[in-house]
Amino acid sequence: MIAAFLGAIELGLLYGILAMGVYLSFRVLDFPDLTVDGSFVTGAAVMSALFLHGVSPWIATLTALLGGAVAGTLTGLLTTKGHIQGLLSGILVQIGLYSINLRIMGRSNIPLLAGTVMDPIAALPFGLHVSTLLTFVALVAFCGVILWAFLGTAFGLAVRATGDSPQMVRALGGHTTATVVVGLAISNAFVAFSGALVAQYQGFTDVTMGIGMIVVGLAAVIIGEVLFGAPNVWRGLAAAVGGAIVFRLVIALALRAGLAPTDLKLATAVIVVVALLLPRWLTQRRQRQNLQQAVDAALQEKADAQVG
Amino acid sequence: MLQLENVSKLFFTGTVNQRVAVRKINLTLEDGDFVTVIGSNGAGKSTLLNLIAGVYPPDRGRIVLDGKEITSWEEARRAAWIGRVFQDPAAGTAPRMTIAENLAIAYRRGQRRGLQWGLNKALREQIEVALADLGLGLEHRLQTKVGLLSGGERQALTLLMATCTQPRLLLLDEHTAALDPSKAALVTQLTERLVAEQRLTTVMVTHNMEQALRLGNRLIMLHSGRILFEIQGSEKRRATVRDLLEAFHQLQGETMTEDELLMN
Repeated sequence: MIAAFLGAIELGLLYGILAMGVYLSFRVLDFPDLTVDGSFVTGAAVMSALFLHGVSPWIATLTALLGGAVAGTLTGLLTTKGHIQGLLSGILVQIGLYSINLRIMGRSNIPLLAGTVMDPIAALPFGLHVSTLLTFVALVAFCGVILWAFLGTAFGLAVRATGDSPQMVRALGGHTTATVVVGLAISNAFVAFSGALVAQYQGFTDVTMGIGMIVVGLAAVIIGEVLFGAPNVWRGLAAAVGGAIVFRLVIALALRAGLAPTDLKLATAVIVVVALLLPRWLTQRRQRQNLQQAVDAALQEKADAQVG
Repeated sequence: MLQLENVSKLFFTGTVNQRVAVRKINLTLEDGDFVTVIGSNGAGKSTLLNLIAGVYPPDRGRIVLDGKEITSWEEARRAAWIGRVFQDPAAGTAPRMTIAENLAIAYRRGQRRGLQWGLNKALREQIEVALADLGLGLEHRLQTKVGLLSGGERQALTLLMATCTQPRLLLLDEHTAALDPSKAALVTQLTERLVAEQRLTTVMVTHNMEQALRLGNRLIMLHSGRILFEIQGSEKRRATVRDLLEAFHQLQGETMTEDELLMN
């Protein structure tokens, strides 16, 4: 039970890196980027292929970042230079990546049993789970600080403004092609990095492991916002990671309660729908109540006045 | 300092909806000119500003700024020299970013945006001084999200963002039209002050004839994509709204009520 619980947190932390990438595209750039389902696997595929060729697992994992960045750049160029709708650009790259990922891997499944970056982590002298947790927390925090710092640079501010008003950015001499392309490249680099780590954590890379990853990322971002709030960039990034952990915990509980693993994707979709609708329903209900009270109060005064 | 030579712009070219938005316009601006532009709906006022700003290239003609031909330059490149304020208060600012962050982006107009910190101590002080000078108390709200400001405050902020680096040219596209009268008056006052202080060459599109007469040293009336007439200097100072309407009537053979100009 405790192992399953800790496992969920560990996986949640790794998905937290993906969630921060999705936060960058979906929230900062206001761009629903479906490249994610493909670039998640690209990261794992690049890492596994290099690993199989005897490259150090650390270098292989870092190279995964590059694979994701290339995928994000493609989506960014399609939508900016090619003027293809954002959603469609992402879908096109995602579907193309499926074939590319298979070519990189050479087959549809690569087992990663020993010699990955998980081995030295597990060998740390704090016990398996504490070592893994500590390392993952440090890793996620490092990624978060990098992304936070980037969004605080002169270029990063222009990236953030692009999601608000591209017109404003251009009017102030900023190049929105550059901000979108670089933003999506970094976002997908994070996603691919997450994919490479998840593959090593679970012990294999599978070409289908990316299906629904964008939904997982969105779930993390939205759940995080609802539960923890995201009033500024660093809180937004932290909330995305928190959301990813909560999401994995909910999934772990559902599996424990008897959810069939084949129903996992359905459960994921339902969680996102609920996370999207619930806050809106609650606000609407509160507004309706306030309105009713205001009407009651107004009518009450009127009645008083008439009596008076 | 700015020349438009025979500039034309068509929309929906080659379709049944084809429309000549701007037709063979020639216009020369001298340093320090403040030109107000009036005209009814569809006269080509916004198209003219967008052509100067580089939102789209002209179909014919040349645009020259300070001796450099900028006809084919894209918007972001021209923006190094051209400040703009839009009609929609939401268009000129980033609502989810703070006042300080918005201004930090504006202060980098025409500079390379690299990986240096977007906001440093020196820039923050510069921003505080500029905001204090604006006189709206925004200098105490540096960390406030711009989306929480009123429309008037946002336009005032956009105006500051458009002028804080002393651009060569300031383009105002009905920037007070979406505001209620008292806020519009405030932003107009601010515009006059900033333009006068920095001696900015300015083109202001407005739907308000009275405002067009009161501000600036030149006035242009556009109609059907052409410059119908222009008045300047003492002639402009003496002119009344009635004079403008009569001039339009004489030249165009149509009568126009002030309402039509206001109906934007």
